Amino acid sequence: MSIKLEHITYTYSPGTVYEMHALKDVDMEIPDGQFMGIIGHTGSGKSTLIQHFNGLMKPTSGKVLYNGQDIWAEKYDRQKLRSKVGLVFQYPEHQLFEAEVLEDVCFGPKNLGLSKEEAEERAVRALTQAGLSEKFYKSSPFELSGGQKRRAAIAGVLAMEPEVLILDEPTAGLDPQGRDEILDQIASLHSLRGITVILVSHSMEDIAKYVERMIVMNKGEKAFDGVPREVFSHYKELEAMGLAAPQITYIMHALGERGLHVDTSATTVEEAKASILQALERLDK
Amino acid sequence: MIRDITIGQYYPADSILHRLDPRVKFVGTIMFLVSLFVANSFWGYLLATVFLAAVIIMSKVPVKFMLKGLKPLFFILLITVAFNLFLIPGKVLWQFWIFKITQEGILQAVKIGIRLIYLVIGSSVMTLTTTPNQLTDGLERLMRPLNKIRVPVHDIAMMMSIALRFIPILMEETDKIMKAQIARGADFENGNLIQKAKNLLPLLVPLFISAFRRADDLAMAMEARCYHGGENRTSMKPLKYHSRDTSAYLCIFLYLAADIAIRVLI
Repeated sequence: MSIKLEHITYTYSPGTVYEMHALKDVDMEIPDGQFMGIIGHTGSGKSTLIQHFNGLMKPTSGKVLYNGQDIWAEKYDRQKLRSKVGLVFQYPEHQLFEAEVLEDVCFGPKNLGLSKEEAEERAVRALTQAGLSEKFYKSSPFELSGGQKRRAAIAGVLAMEPEVLILDEPTAGLDPQGRDEILDQIASLHSLRGITVILVSHSMEDIAKYVERMIVMNKGEKAFDGVPREVFSHYKELEAMGLAAPQITYIMHALGERGLHVDTSATTVEEAKASILQALERLDK
Repeated sequence: MIRDITIGQYYPADSILHRLDPRVKFVGTIMFLVSLFVANSFWGYLLATVFLAAVIIMSKVPVKFMLKGLKPLFFILLITVAFNLFLIPGKVLWQFWIFKITQEGILQAVKIGIRLIYLVIGSSVMTLTTTPNQLTDGLERLMRPLNKIRVPVHDIAMMMSIALRFIPILMEETDKIMKAQIARGADFENGNLIQKAKNLLPLLVPLFISAFRRADDLAMAMEARCYHGGENRTSMKPLKYHSRDTSAYLCIFLYLAADIAIRVLI
């Protein structure tokens, strides 16, 4: 059970002046249950890449395999695939359309052919998981605040109960508290239900805090692939791509240069704190 | 999918046609369209063909790109040609049941077909070599005399350029919302007409909301920059005629004159 990309290339408007190679020979495998992060500069091909995971885009060349099956094979049911691989686009609240929140969340399950009762049952479960309280179920999605709309829209995808959840910058434009809450809820979904989560983000801190593995996209190619600790040690190269490492990485490197023996590969504040305290203790002795 | 529409699309290239003043191109296109209806004989059509071919070569836009613009018009073309072919009375050449083809019918169908095709290609030469902004600038200048009879020329031109500007944005938005709903299991392709129309609801509601939101934002942004209509407004790149524009006008008038001469004389 995994998603596998083999030599994926995607070209926009081939054969015209507007031709653009969005993805160049990308290979990757995402095993079941992984919490993976994707980072990359604007226009690096991240959004194009994630749309290949659920068959919204057809690669110009290369193969996409889900559980070992080619999703572009003739008889493959891509409609079903999309219920297994849920994709939450950027600013998903722009897709809300029903008069009531609960109705909107039911849209996905209903498309799967579930009965009204089953759909509502799933919708309620999804809304709870997304952290939207019951009092909003019957209100219009357009009366909600930005953060609440975002939760309702994420619930719309969760209600399909996917095995893989892809989120394209789910926290863009939210306040810090809303951001942490949403990411914590996604993380708990991952640990409780064991689903695969693919998170596209511009926040290096969020990536460092949540993901087990990260992929760096640059100009349509996979630049790095590994655990955050290892990838962020290439912070100089990341900067050259218009990216950065978490702020704490810079602090640790600066401390290291000043002669304090700290672990420079720390990527989160907690790790750094432990490492600095340890180094100071050693200094005292 | 929806990106394939080429009518009204600009094709960037460095050609004499791209550099011409938009007013020349606009007037020239109108003249060409007029000439198509003036031409009535083989020689008239030959002249139009030569003129169009020369313009296409000068534009440096691949012919393939221009022919693509004909695709959406294929059915209109087919129906028009069929009507002319079967309904014109005259010397009967071939008959089957109630259908009959006459010599005059064939001639008329060919003429109408050529006219329609040239009409579309002629106007796409203009839109392919002129950016929408240039085009509305040119239109605004050409229509300026209408200001005297209280036609809000500037406002019309501004509305046009905003509308043109929003076409690609709204298309992109449609694409995005469509994909998002497909990701939630929506089906835009299967089902009968009523079902299909119903299925469009999850696409249309968010699209309208987003169009209104964008319009609101744009109005706010324009007001924040003190936009107050056309009065005393200057332009960043004022339109100025160069010598090449004069020569182009000359060529167009010569062409039209020749076309009229052929009609009158032959």
